[in-house]
Amino acid sequence: MPTLGDYLLVSGLLFSIGLAGVLLRRNLLIIFMSLELMLNAANLSLVAFARHGVTAFGLPDYNAQVLVFFIITVAAAEVAVGLAIIVALYRLRQTTHVEDLNRMKF
Amino acid sequence: MLTILFWVFSVLMLASAAAVVLFRNPVNSAMSLVLTFLALAALFVTLDAFFIGIIQILVYAGAVMVLFLFIIMLLDLKAETRRRLNIAALAGGLAVLGGFVVLVTQVVRSLPSSAEHFPPLARTGYPDAYEIGMTLFSGFNLPFQVIGVLLLVSTVGVVVLSRRNLR
Repeated sequence: MPTLGDYLLVSGLLFSIGLAGVLLRRNLLIIFMSLELMLNAANLSLVAFARHGVTAFGLPDYNAQVLVFFIITVAAAEVAVGLAIIVALYRLRQTTHVEDLNRMKF
Repeated sequence: MLTILFWVFSVLMLASAAAVVLFRNPVNSAMSLVLTFLALAALFVTLDAFFIGIIQILVYAGAVMVLFLFIIMLLDLKAETRRRLNIAALAGGLAVLGGFVVLVTQVVRSLPSSAEHFPPLARTGYPDAYEIGMTLFSGFNLPFQVIGVLLLVSTVGVVVLSRRNLR
């Protein structure tokens, strides 16, 4: 049987891959996809903790699963708004490459 | 059996997540992101979170990925051309990443309950969605309605943002 530590380790690795995408890639869309990976890693550890903290009735902690439900909803809204911003940016500058967007660079 | 499924799906998920970062063409990245979400939904099912797994497939692998692919097609993105690598930035990024991985491993290992197996679940006869629905509508009624308002606001915001002459 996989333990709680296994799930947390997999979740941490998924978060690191997302962090690698944000740090190393320079395409805005890929950076956005990596952000989704990091959100999903947080969801995985939440569900693992929900399964670990079984309540007195022998049920998983459903409060955590409701929190995951809310996170998924907020992430969907965030994707919609973020992609609209990327499209508006592309119309203005004809690029999604981070290094070409340096107007606010110090 | 559960152990085999866990390792199969976690290796599949991590490999396709790495592919998202490594592919040069955004369409390939989006396709591996779909695979990542499907494997993650399978991991949710191994944790007895059936409702969350189904929601993951419906919302992420369905709606969000369609949105991503639609935007990639709309912007008509080609595969990235190779640019000169900034060695210092690459080394810095990899150093931050390595430190983070070591930190996460140490934290998980030092957690007292990290080697414990999951306690068995009682059989109540009610499906997973019933219990989540009871929790959602009894304990979290106000946040649920606030989330509804948030979705409305984001819809209106997207419509405003995608107007042709944005002021």
